[in-house]
Amino acid sequence: MTTTQTIPTLVPDFGDETNRKICFICSKGTLDMAYPALIMANAALSEGVECHLFFTFWGMDMINKKTMDDLKFTILGNPAAHMWMGLGGVPGMTAMATQQMKKRIADLGVPEVPEFLQLLADSGAHLWACKMSVDMMGLTKEDMFDEVEDIINAADFIEVADGAQVIFI
Amino acid sequence: MTVTTVANRDVHVDHEGFLTEYTEWDESLAVELAKAIGIDELSEDHWRTIKFLREDYVTQGETPTLRRVSVVGGIPTKLLFTLFPSKPAKKMAYVAGLPKPVGCV
Repeated sequence: MTTTQTIPTLVPDFGDETNRKICFICSKGTLDMAYPALIMANAALSEGVECHLFFTFWGMDMINKKTMDDLKFTILGNPAAHMWMGLGGVPGMTAMATQQMKKRIADLGVPEVPEFLQLLADSGAHLWACKMSVDMMGLTKEDMFDEVEDIINAADFIEVADGAQVIFI
Repeated sequence: MTVTTVANRDVHVDHEGFLTEYTEWDESLAVELAKAIGIDELSEDHWRTIKFLREDYVTQGETPTLRRVSVVGGIPTKLLFTLFPSKPAKKMAYVAGLPKPVGCV
């Protein structure tokens, strides 16, 4: 038997007054390690949470115009691929694994990295590039995805992250 | 089952207040749902979004995500954040009388 409960006024609590803030440090440049921050940042933004992404070391590949559309996935050294490890060293294997992963991601309706970053920027995310990585790799602001706000140093990031939940990937 | 009253009308809702019966919604109800969450007036862009959501729900069987509304519905993400501030995915679903979207992206 189904019982019916009557509540005079029931409006979802959207918690608009949130002052929550979240920062992702993106330090990896492989395809599989790019997505966790992108997906969680997107979820945070749609929940009205202030969101920052700080790209450092290999994570620079995610915002470097030359590499951002060409991130790769390899089974080499990755036991979670559940394949014979030596297979990863076979020429063409990384390209094949990358293509497979990209297809699976696209099948879920999830965009590729550049489009995803644009989606985050349109949703209000702040994208920052790490000064030391930029210097180390000989990059300039012009080499980077247009939505990157600025190149900041570690101390600037600590300021940005004031009061935030910080997730290192 | 939970029943609540919106503009003197009884409607079925889930535990949070999202409508559960597709057919209990109409445009006059949308106006009241919007007011209840602080959107005092529904513009043409609001209606365009709401109509896309309801039509897409019928064909896909689930509430579209923000990206789907932008890519398939042609309503830019930035605009969605203006129309339904802070939490556009959930707010537009609520006004359109649909469940919360379940997709991640």
